[in-house]
Amino acid sequence: MLLGPALAVSAILFSLGVVGVLLRRNAIIIFMCVELMLNAVNLTFVALSQQLGLDGQVFVFFVMTVAAAEAAVGLAIIIALYRHRDTLNLQHINLLRG
Amino acid sequence: MRTILFWIFSGVAVVSALLCITRRSPVASALWLVTTLFHLAALYVLLDAHFIAAVQVLVYAGAIMVLFLFVIMLLNLGRTGPGDMKGAWGRVVAGVAGFVLLGELLAFRLAAPPGRLRLPAGAVEHAAEEQGAVTAIARPLFEAYLVPFEITSVMLLAAIVGAVVLAKRKL
Repeated sequence: MLLGPALAVSAILFSLGVVGVLLRRNAIIIFMCVELMLNAVNLTFVALSQQLGLDGQVFVFFVMTVAAAEAAVGLAIIIALYRHRDTLNLQHINLLRG
Repeated sequence: MRTILFWIFSGVAVVSALLCITRRSPVASALWLVTTLFHLAALYVLLDAHFIAAVQVLVYAGAIMVLFLFVIMLLNLGRTGPGDMKGAWGRVVAGVAGFVLLGELLAFRLAAPPGRLRLPAGAVEHAAEEQGAVTAIARPLFEAYLVPFEITSVMLLAAIVGAVVLAKRKL
């Protein structure tokens, strides 16, 4: 059974996604790291669906749909942001900083 | 054999994810992410989720990453400017947070799912062999999860309209 190793790989990929979000300042790369985290969670679903039934794979299907919608809206926001500020560096986009 | 292939694919996936978060150029990052997604599809095949693997290649490695590369091209971000990494302090915080999270997630792994939820060994593969890989997923999707499936279509419509409204110069 590959359940344990698959969960370990998924944990590593999720942590790498979090590190990427904390490490980078480019909005589009941060967005890619979020996609990486979503994929790590999908791997968890698929690994557990081997033991707990096929409903896990149905959930992966829904997660992919939400990710596609999120990518479309998020990239539209990034385009609008670039048009207004001429940068994607999050250091310069700090209207909400306290 | 399966275990060896699993470790090869997962090793490549982890290394390319690492390269994805450390490359300076967004294009290089996106291409390494495509590599990670492809190898995740291979892992899905090894975990007996063939339909999910096909959808992963089509939707993630195909559609979503093309969208990312298209936006990078549209905004002309391909040339490597000064790095966008955070300073030494930010790197330390990111590394420590990453390792703490990794430790927590690996600790969660010890909590096995309770035995009464677990199907008998080989039940999932048996269902896939009996009904076919796609039918085995389509049945719960269109029976138990029919309402969420229909709501998904409304959500996709909202996303399409939202993306057009946000990206349009003037309405």
